[in-house]
Amino acid sequence: MKEKLVLIGNGMAGVRTLEELLKLAPEKYDITVFGDEPYGNYNRIMLSPVLAGDKTIDQIMINDRQWYIDNGITLHAGKKITHINRVRRQVETAEGEVFEYDRLLLATGSRPFMLPLPGRDLPGVISFRDIADVDTMLETAKSYKKAVVIGGGLLGLEAANGLMIQGMEVTVVHIADVLMNQQLDKPASDLMLNELQAKGLKFLMSHETAAIEGKKRVEKIVFKNGTEIDTDLVVMAVGIRPNIELAQSAGIHCERGIVVDDTMQTFDPKVYAVGECVQHRGATFGLVAPLFEQAKVCANHLAQMGIARYVSSITSTKLKVTGIDLFSAGNFIGDESTEDLVFKDAARHVYKKLVIQDDKLIGAVLYGDTVDGAWYFQLMRDGTDVSSIRENMLFGQHHIGDSGHGATNSVDGLPDDAEICGCNGVCKGDIVKAISKHSLFTLDEVKAHTKASASCGSCTGLVEQLLASTLGSDFNDTPSKKAMCGCTSMSHGEVKNAIKDQGLKTISDLMVALDWKNADGCHSCRPALNYYLLSTWPDYQDDPQSRFINERVHANIQKDGTYSVVPRIWGGVTNANELRAIADISDKYNVPTVKITGGQRIDLLGVKKDDLPKMWADLSEAGFVSGHAYGKSLRTVKTCVGSEWCRFGTQDSTGLGIKVEKMTWGSWTPHKFKIAVSGCPRNCAEATIKDFGIVCVDSGYELHVGGNGGIKVRATDFLCKVVTEEEAMEYCAAFMQLYREDAHYLERTAPWIERVGLKSVQAKVVEDHENRKVLAQRFYESQERSQDDPWAEHAAKQRENYIPIKQVG
Amino acid sequence: MQNWTEVGPVESVPQKGSRVMTTPDGDVAIFRTSSDEVFALFDQCPHKKGPLSQGIVYDKRVACPLHNWVIALSSGEATGPDEGCTRSFATKVEDGMIYISL
Ligand SMILES: Cc1cc2nc3c(=O)[nH]c(=O)nc-3n(C[C@H](O)[C@H](O)[C@H](O)COP(=O)(O)OP(=O)(O)OC[C@H]3O[C@@H](n4cnc5c(N)ncnc54)[C@H](O)[C@@H]3O)c2cc1C
Ligand code: SF4
Ligand code: SF4
Ligand code: FES
Repeated sequence: MKEKLVLIGNGMAGVRTLEELLKLAPEKYDITVFGDEPYGNYNRIMLSPVLAGDKTIDQIMINDRQWYIDNGITLHAGKKITHINRVRRQVETAEGEVFEYDRLLLATGSRPFMLPLPGRDLPGVISFRDIADVDTMLETAKSYKKAVVIGGGLLGLEAANGLMIQGMEVTVVHIADVLMNQQLDKPASDLMLNELQAKGLKFLMSHETAAIEGKKRVEKIVFKNGTEIDTDLVVMAVGIRPNIELAQSAGIHCERGIVVDDTMQTFDPKVYAVGECVQHRGATFGLVAPLFEQAKVCANHLAQMGIARYVSSITSTKLKVTGIDLFSAGNFIGDESTEDLVFKDAARHVYKKLVIQDDKLIGAVLYGDTVDGAWYFQLMRDGTDVSSIRENMLFGQHHIGDSGHGATNSVDGLPDDAEICGCNGVCKGDIVKAISKHSLFTLDEVKAHTKASASCGSCTGLVEQLLASTLGSDFNDTPSKKAMCGCTSMSHGEVKNAIKDQGLKTISDLMVALDWKNADGCHSCRPALNYYLLSTWPDYQDDPQSRFINERVHANIQKDGTYSVVPRIWGGVTNANELRAIADISDKYNVPTVKITGGQRIDLLGVKKDDLPKMWADLSEAGFVSGHAYGKSLRTVKTCVGSEWCRFGTQDSTGLGIKVEKMTWGSWTPHKFKIAVSGCPRNCAEATIKDFGIVCVDSGYELHVGGNGGIKVRATDFLCKVVTEEEAMEYCAAFMQLYREDAHYLERTAPWIERVGLKSVQAKVVEDHENRKVLAQRFYESQERSQDDPWAEHAAKQRENYIPIKQVG
Repeated sequence: MQNWTEVGPVESVPQKGSRVMTTPDGDVAIFRTSSDEVFALFDQCPHKKGPLSQGIVYDKRVACPLHNWVIALSSGEATGPDEGCTRSFATKVEDGMIYISL
């Protein structure tokens, strides 16, 4: 018989835990859910848009009753659990019904704190927590005029805004002189106060309430300073308290919340708790992002996989009031050990403050212009060294070399038919619709449903912004690490460390040792694992089935299923004999299209798969090797004619380019890697948009890193200047090796450098001479084994993989 | 009555891999999983006709090489939020030899 799991609290954290559990172990438990509220599971944070009339209750349901039926879950909506008997493992409802459990999950959330004021029980004094509260507010707005909201925090302002839109005259009473003092500093609060006043809200700042008065229902509020105002409705939004009474009465250890450990277990090993009712390492919670992380961890343990640990992480907040752009995250107040970067433009109503400690960003408040919120948040989570970008970082991401998408960065201002994902042709409207219709919360979910950001990923930032602005909160962003894929909860970095620390040598060993959820992995983790193993262990046996088709057959698949073949042309220099050989081979295999590529070589397009090995054999014979135009590997070294022919040339850029290409070809890298060498600063070889660029000058060689063309153009960062060709080559080898060891699979040099910071690359490659030599040495060593031409090998040994197994008819 | 055509020995298809069989109606992809189960699908993705035989195989699924739709090997149906289906063929293995019913 299946074990019985009982969930108390049909809210966001509890049901999210069930969703995660169903993904991991759908058949494990017989699940019963008790919820005080008479509905399915709804998105509580969307109550604000409901109050403001932007959404209906139906639109904010996450799981309707049918979902429970479809998943075999018994839902008791509208039933409150009043007693837990831990000895008998039973729970009891208010009506006296008794149910048994093997495991119990507490997700009772929290309760609005009601100030202990005289008159707080009068009709018309409410909180803002659930559908019933919203109904009361909408009802009151129909027949009454005046409302007071006590509390100028996030919740209070959203309530005030909603009531104003419903036609009421609203006054916000706040005890401090800073609004949203959990999220804002004074200057940002002042700007917001002005704008909210301009919208029609009234404020009584630094006012403390003394009493609520009225006969049949509330009539007025009296303050400690003796003043008073009339009102028909009082909404208290002064904070929340974890709902712990039930747990406490059952003898489960509680402090401010139900105390849980890193596995979300309470002091009773049969009882777990998640959500706003818990206290983890002294902290309690009030935003959904960390709760969803808890849900993941808890589900992992309920499924008895037993590996996940909950670590609380920084959160970010946005206010869901139309027209007010606000973002805040981390420690934004600062202290003696921190420095502030502040930007203020009162005329445009823009204020930005970044708090920096030890060269890292630890907090941010943005008001009026929040486009870069996601980027700052990323820098905070990654702990990026920001010293090299600090001068410009206040002006945003597109000011530090990230030019391509600058103008379209603000998604809020875009029309619905604006294309967000160019690869898959997905526009803003589609994404927003999918987010609301399917209740999507995370980037991965949006990817799966719309394909946006599922290909090249350059629109990821835009999609994250859309998620944030549609949902009003950045909660998908909270995990401090991103899991590699659905097969594991480990991040790329953790997997890489485990490979080294635990000496994992093959993909199957690794999947067993690290508890992979699918025995075979999936199409996104297998190529990454293959790369990590390959770049860690010199003797690793490459797994062709874990490579993307282009790398498996050493050619580029085209949209009609044919392939393109690109022989290597060293430094872009060829001669009549080579061209004649290419021409003959093109004739022999009826190559329909011959094209000169942007990387100074020749692309033979439209080749059938079974012709590939024969064609390679012919190309090998003529002296060509594979150009790796298909690989996550060195692509080309582009050169200009340099001092040999050009009147401006300062050095032999062509010759250097050929040497560099002979040194680097055949190396596997996390993503494609392009190099160029220009003979003078006129830069005809476009070296400043390459992963590694060399610009020759009279006195030596300027080295540039981290550029790319493509969807999002990024100019390189200047690495350093060197005097000799030998040095230029050594730095190149060392830089490539560092990138190979340090970057995540499919991370190009540009995002890698933005993640780890240019400073850290310079420290390892430029300043530490010893380290540079060691890196370069490792590169040379691994090159000794990788510079075999795959074409020659496949043409000779693996022909059968390219021809049909059988032909009939 | 099913009409079985002999395809070739199981070992000639790599594990977690695929080989193509040509027929007058178009190519058929023969898949072999890590547990040596054999499946056959029409070699065209329901999305934009990508050659499924060239995709990455895991469990009983293949990810299309063109845009990463994931197709169930047993039914030919796209999984997850994607919708579409490609023709599947019955297969059997006897004495290490693969047979297909076209
Ligand atoms: C108006 C509003 C706006 C918000 N906006 C944001 C935002 O923008 N961003 C953000 O991150 N967060 C926001 N929040 C906070 C967020 O909604 C909460 O953090 C989240 O809902 C807490 O989830 P939970 O599962 O812990 O609790 P809840 O969702 O409150 O669920 C607990 C459930 O348990 C039930 N229950 C309690 N005791 C019992 C019992 N004994 N028997 C049966 N059932 C019981 C309750 O009725 C309730 O339904 C907002 C909250 C509100 C009210
Ligand atoms: S980069 Fe300078 S040396 Fe090279 S071709 Fe251009 S002008 Fe001449
Ligand atoms: S070759 Fe490149 S730029 Fe041209 S269509 Fe293909 S992906 Fe786009
Ligand atoms: S053709 Fe298969 S995913 Fe597009």
